[in-house]
Amino acid sequence: MSLTLDDVGVRYGGVDALRGVSLTLEPGRVLGLIGPNGAGKTTLVNAATGLAPLASGTIALDGERVDGLPSHRIARAGIARTYQNIRLFGALDVRGNLAAGAYARPGRLGTVELLRLLERAGIAGADLDAAASSLPYGDQRRLEIGRALAASPRVIMLDEPAAGMNPSETGRLVATIRAIAADGIAVLLIEHDMTLVRAACDDVVVLNFGEVIARGTPAQVGRDPVVVEAYLGSGAEALS
Amino acid sequence: MPGALVDFYAKHSRLIDQIGVNALLALSLSVSLQAGQLALAQAAFMGIAAYVSAILAMQAHWPLIATILAAVLVSTVVAALLALPVRRLRGVFLAIATIGFGEIVRVFANNLSITGGAEGLSGIPNDATTPVIYGSLAVVAFVLFALSRTKFALAVTLVREDEHAARGVGVDVGMVRTLSLALGGAIAGLGGALYAHASFFLTPTDFGFARMEQILVWCVIGGVTSPLGAVIGAALLSILPEVIRFLSDWREVTNGVILLLVILFAPGGLSSLWRRGAIRVR
Repeated sequence: MSLTLDDVGVRYGGVDALRGVSLTLEPGRVLGLIGPNGAGKTTLVNAATGLAPLASGTIALDGERVDGLPSHRIARAGIARTYQNIRLFGALDVRGNLAAGAYARPGRLGTVELLRLLERAGIAGADLDAAASSLPYGDQRRLEIGRALAASPRVIMLDEPAAGMNPSETGRLVATIRAIAADGIAVLLIEHDMTLVRAACDDVVVLNFGEVIARGTPAQVGRDPVVVEAYLGSGAEALS
Repeated sequence: MPGALVDFYAKHSRLIDQIGVNALLALSLSVSLQAGQLALAQAAFMGIAAYVSAILAMQAHWPLIATILAAVLVSTVVAALLALPVRRLRGVFLAIATIGFGEIVRVFANNLSITGGAEGLSGIPNDATTPVIYGSLAVVAFVLFALSRTKFALAVTLVREDEHAARGVGVDVGMVRTLSLALGGAIAGLGGALYAHASFFLTPTDFGFARMEQILVWCVIGGVTSPLGAVIGAALLSILPEVIRFLSDWREVTNGVILLLVILFAPGGLSSLWRRGAIRVR
């Protein structure tokens, strides 16, 4: 089940936040989306999840147009996401957050399913009855991934999941992301940590000023002089 | 009933009935507040339903149950229709818009001949007895309890906690807001119809801003996200003036002090005192 963005444009006031962006997320593969701050990465996720209206182009989930649908219907169609600034339901417990993720699915999650979700999100030891806001920061990010997985999504978009994590937590996140893709889910990973991008992504798209300036494998992108100039600088070494 | 109980009821029946009606009104606002909507039109829904049921009883001689059903239907539809123009309003803007709606309703009631203008209506059949009022409260409590076991309750909680994230997990936020306002309108309508039939008179001031403020205070004191808290808040503040009758000259001050104490020491309302920690989802 693939998600295809074709010639997507988003305008905020008179500014082009995205212009002519085309990319495809394929099942079982992780696509990295990198670029400087303000390049339009989160806007792309917002566009794909119905939060930012398109000025041009189309978005289709396995051939079915989803652009123009309200965001709750896009979520129900199988596109789940996490947020750059964590948006857990802080007053709810861990169980409640996972149940929230499964809102659009019929029935309720049993304890076995809940524990399996925690395991897939990399927080197997978390207490289901703990308040989400009481979890350590890294675990909150992982719980957000668990909430997204609870929807049984076909596409998952992770917006800087490693932000605020230490190197060892980031290292373990690679295994989590690869395992999600191995389950046949199409993954989009927005990330600034180039070590994580190289380890987790099959392909990378680079955005700058709302436009795609390069695409390819992490190694190819790391060698691209345009990308090095616009974004990576010394970080290019991490990709090659 | 034992004699003492009969005496007690005879002495306090009006207060007992009032507590039941007030509990319904508090529940109606609690339903909106649970979805994170500071929609303050409950007094207006109550008033509309009160007039509908009173007029149908007095002029068309409908039986009590029929007037209540018609009144609840009208207040539900009005609440659902009101949800449309205020769909995009949040917080204080929603509060102001809905208070404005309440004032419009009050001004209409003050000037229409069918509502008796400022003098209101008198001679409403006094047939909302204690069993009718508490039976209605029980039905509402049962419906709300049954709803609390459904996914709608989860959606309401998610909308209150974070609308944006709620959309992200597939919740139709607009629908949840509309339904919760309509449900609140239905319950307020039921309270209004019973109010009319438990009193002899009905005037526009019975459901003005002061009434709305009173309902809000009950919910704040009981706990804005707890139906049981709302009922307790309503009961407590209905009984209190009788208990501290010697302070009757200071009634408004006492209410203010209680409100202040609750806000300072139990910001989640009295219900938060027995419900600490994370919210459990059934």
